Order: sequence, then structure tokens, then C-alpha cells
Amino acid sequence: MAMRTAIARVRGLGSAKTGTEHWWMQRVTAVGLIPLTLWFVASLVSLAGADFETAYLWVASPTGSVPMILLLLAGLWHGKLGLQVVVEDYIHAEGVKVAILMLLSLATVALGVAGVFAVCKISFGE
Amino acid sequence: MASAQRPLSPHLQVYKPQITTIMSITHRATGVALTGGAVALVFWLLALASGPESFEVAQAVAGSWFGYLCLFVWSFCLFYHLANGIRHLVWDMGYGFEIPQFYASGWITVGASVGLTILAWVVGLMGLGGH
Repeated sequence: MAMRTAIARVRGLGSAKTGTEHWWMQRVTAVGLIPLTLWFVASLVSLAGADFETAYLWVASPTGSVPMILLLLAGLWHGKLGLQVVVEDYIHAEGVKVAILMLLSLATVALGVAGVFAVCKISFGE
Repeated sequence: MASAQRPLSPHLQVYKPQITTIMSITHRATGVALTGGAVALVFWLLALASGPESFEVAQAVAGSWFGYLCLFVWSFCLFYHLANGIRHLVWDMGYGFEIPQFYASGWITVGASVGLTILAWVVGLMGLGGH
């Protein structure tokens, strides 16, 4: 007979993890992304057809690089939180789910580092 | 703990599609699509950082018919997810839960996302060659 109570299943890797934190950070990043995405679209629209030099100088300028880094961080974080819920909703095989969630975390960090590195390289010039 | 194989709700097939449900799943779909756009943005930045030759390749991909299709879909997804996201934030603050308000905010969101997408493309295409 199992002596453990249901709470043991809930804690640790059970359901009682950081749901509030997840929900809240999804909202915090969402609010931050409102001005950032509007800036991003306006920038892309004004850059339509731009050559290498123009695009390079745009990202290199502080008014380009700082919002771009913020957009990358907030956007990738927000996207990671969202995709995590999609995976948790639709993937029911535990092993596959854990593997995909781990891949998602690693891919998010890899993309974030690569994106920020690219902006820094452009901004600092080699 | 072995769970019984009970039927799970929601039983989508018994419901008539409504603007509320369609907009809800569209919010998720556009969000998933936008993560693809985020990957493309990182690759575009890496191409720009690597120099003029790789940037030319990136611009050629973006300027192909498939590139334009992706950009157009992503732009709509961004405006939709943005507008409907603001709708969600208003709900989070506790407003807009009357049935007529759901429909009104829903149609405003659809109109805003379609309108902003058209506006962005008209202005963007008019500016082509302006550099």
C-alpha cells in the first residue's frame, strides 16, 4: 500500500511548480513587447529596400541596437513561455514532452545569445 | 497513478465555430508562427554581422516570392498577436467580460490587425527604392 500522499506527486516535477511565475512573466514580457514590436515594424517599414550600409548603420546605432537586444530577449522569452504551454497542452507522452521542452529551452538560449552577439558585433564593429 | 481513459473536454465537434473560439486558437497559431519569425530575425542579424556578401544572400531570400509570403504572413501574425494580446491584457485587468464586449473587442482586433498589416505594406512598398 502506498503511504505517500498526493502532495508528493504535486511537488518537485509535479504540477505545483512555478505556474504563477510563468503566467506573470508572460504578461510582463507581453507589455514590454508592445512598444518594442511597434518600433520594430516601423523600423523595418522605413528600411524597406535598404542596402547593406544603411541596415548596418541602423543596427550599429544605439537607437537601433538597444531596442533590438530588448526585442530579442523579451520576444524569445515570451515565445519560449508560449511554446512551452503549447507543448504541454498537446504532447502527452512524458518522455517526448520533457525532451521537447529541454530542446526548447536550449534553442531559446542559443538564439538569444546568437542574436545579441550579432548586434554587439555590428555595434562594436568587429 | 493510472488514470482512467475518460473522454476529455472540450468536445470541439459539437460546437458551432464562433468568433471567440476562432480568435482564441488564432492567437495561439499566430504566436507559434511568430517564433519562426524570431528565428528568421536572428539569422538576418547574423547575416548582417557577417558582412555584405552574406547580407546579400539574406536579402535575396527575403526578396524572393517565398520570402515576401513569409514576411506578409508574419506581419499579419504580429499585428494580430499584438492587438489580441492587448485584448487579453484588458481581460487580465478584469474588463470586457460582457458577451457584447467580447464580440466588439474581437471585431476591433480583427479590423486593427488587417488594417495595420495593409498600412505597413503600403508604406513599406512605397518606400522601396527610397534608399
